[in-house]
Amino acid sequence: MADLTLQLLGLQLFTGIALGALYVLLAIGLSLIFGMLTVVNFAHGAFYMLGAYVGLWLLMHGVNFWTALILVPLAIGALGLLVERTLIRPLYGRGLDYPLLLTFGLSYMIVELVRVFFGNTGYPVDTPDVLQGAVDIGVGYFPLYRLFVIAATVVVLVGLWLFLERTSFGLIVRAGARDPEIVRILGVNIARVWLIVFGIGTGLAGLAGLLAAPLQGVIPEMGGPILAESFVVTVVGGMGSLLGAVVAGLLVGVVVSMTSLFAPEMSRVAIFALMAIVLLLRPQGFFGRAGLMS
Amino acid sequence: MLKIRDLEAWYGTSYVLQKVDIDVERGEIVCLIGRNGAGKTTTLKSVIGLVEKVRGSVMFEGEEMLNLPAHARFHRGLAYVPEERRIVPGLDVRDNLRLGLIASKLKHREAELVAEATKIFPRLAERINQNAITLSGGEQQMLAIARALIARPKLIMLDEPSEGIMPVLVDEMFDLFRQLKAQGVTILLVEQNVERALSVADRAYVIDHGVIVHHASAEALLADAEIQEKYCAV
Ligand SMILES: Nc1ncnc2c1ncn2[C@@H]1O[C@H](COP(=O)(O)OP(=O)(O)OP(=O)(O)O)[C@@H](O)[C@H]1O
Ligand SMILES: [Mg+2]
Repeated sequence: MADLTLQLLGLQLFTGIALGALYVLLAIGLSLIFGMLTVVNFAHGAFYMLGAYVGLWLLMHGVNFWTALILVPLAIGALGLLVERTLIRPLYGRGLDYPLLLTFGLSYMIVELVRVFFGNTGYPVDTPDVLQGAVDIGVGYFPLYRLFVIAATVVVLVGLWLFLERTSFGLIVRAGARDPEIVRILGVNIARVWLIVFGIGTGLAGLAGLLAAPLQGVIPEMGGPILAESFVVTVVGGMGSLLGAVVAGLLVGVVVSMTSLFAPEMSRVAIFALMAIVLLLRPQGFFGRAGLMS
Repeated sequence: MLKIRDLEAWYGTSYVLQKVDIDVERGEIVCLIGRNGAGKTTTLKSVIGLVEKVRGSVMFEGEEMLNLPAHARFHRGLAYVPEERRIVPGLDVRDNLRLGLIASKLKHREAELVAEATKIFPRLAERINQNAITLSGGEQQMLAIARALIARPKLIMLDEPSEGIMPVLVDEMFDLFRQLKAQGVTILLVEQNVERALSVADRAYVIDHGVIVHHASAEALLADAEIQEKYCAV
C-alpha cells in the first residue's frame, strides 16, 4: 500500500512536470514580451489555441506530426510579427493599458474566427503513433507522449538559452530588456528587436498549443484558463524573468497535479492560493526585480 | 562638423530649449556649461535623438539629424555618454563593451577592439568578467566611455563625466580627452568642473534657462571671472 502511494505520487509528479512544461512555454513567451516590450499580452492564450488548431488542420491535411511541430511555431510566430507590426507598434509609449486592451480584444476576435471556421465543438487530436503507449520510468508506467512534451520543452529551453547567451541578438535582448535607450543610441533599431521578440513569444505559444492538443484535444476556449494560469506563473516567477518562468511553471504544474490527486475540485484554486502566498512573502516573485511594475 | 541652429525642445508642455545655436568644428573640444537645470543634458539628448519633442536643426557633416531615429545617428558617427552612465546591470564588463559594437560595421573586429579598449582602460581589463554593476562609480564611467568609443565615433558627447569620481580617475579622464583630440576625435563636453573642462577645451558655450547666453574661447572664459560667477556657480 505504501509502495503504491509512493508510486502514485511519483507518477503524479511527472504528470505535473509535463503540465508545467506547457506553462513554462507560455510563461517564457509572456515574460520575454513583457520584459522587452512592456506589453502584457492578453492574446497569448489565443495564439496557443491557434497553434493547436493550425496543428489540427495540418494533421487533417496529411501533414505528419513532426513537420507540424516545425510549421506551427513558424506560422504562429509569423502571425505574431504581423500583429506586433500592425496593431501593437502604434501603441508604444502610451503605457501598459493600451496594448493590454488591444490584445484582450484581439483574443476574442481570434476565438470567434476559429469558431466560425471550425465550429463551437472541440476535436480530439491523435497522439502520433510512435509516441503512443507508456514506458516504465522507475516509479511505474508513464505515458510516452507526456515524456515527449517534457523533452521537447527541454530542447526548446536549451535552444532559447543558447540563443540568448551566445548570440549577438541575444545580447541585444538581454541589454534591451534592462535599458532600451542605451541599446538605441548604440545603433540598434529596437523596434525590429521588439518585433522579433514578439514573434518568438507567440511562436512558443503556438508550439505549446500543438503539444497540448493530443493531451486534451482542441476547443476554441482552450486558451482562456491556461492564459490565466500562465500569468500566475509569470507573477510567481517574477515578471520579465525567464528563469522565474521556468521554475514557477514547473512548480505550478506540480502543485496542480498533486492537488488534483487529493482534491480535484481544488486544483485551480490551489494555483491562485500559491500566487497569493508568494506575493505576500515576496511581492516581486521568485526572481523578479523589485519595483518593476511601479 | 556639428551645427545646431534654433534648437527648441519640450518636455510635455514645458519649453526647455529656447533656440539654441552651437557649432562644433572637427577636432575641437567644445564645452557646454551652465547651472543645474539650464538645459545642458537636454541639448545633448536632443542631438542624439532621445528627446521626443524638438524643433530646429541639427546638422552633422551636412546631414539633418532631427529627421533620423536615434539608432541611425549612431551609424553617422555620433556617440553619447549619459550623465547616469547607464551601464547595463546583469551584463559583465566584456558584454557591456561588446554592446558598443553590436550594431557597428566594426563588429567583425570585436576581439581586437575589446582588447584595445582594455589596454586604454587597464582597470576594465582586470574586471572584464565581473558584473558591471559591481564596479565603482569611476570604473563605471570608464566603461561607459569605453563603450561609446569602441565603435570609433567621429563625435562624442559626454555629460558630466567627472561627476562623483575620485580625483585620480578625473585626471586620467582629462588626459584621455587630450589624447582623443590628438587622434582627431571631436568632443562636446558638458561639465560642472568648469576650470578643469576649460583647461582642455578650445571653446565654450554658456547656457542658461535654455538659451545660449555667452560664447567664447576657453582661455577667454577661463579669465572671465564675472561670467563664471554669474552662470556657472553651482
Ligand atoms: N524628463 C523630463 N521631464 C520633464 N522635465 C525635464 C525632464 N528632464 C529635464 N527636465 C527639465 O528640463 C530642464 C533642463 O534640464 P536638463 O537636464 O537639460 O538640465 P541640465 O543643465 O543638464 O542640469 P544638471 O546640471 O542638473 O544636469 C530642467 O528644468 C529640468 O527640470
Ligand atoms: Mg544634466
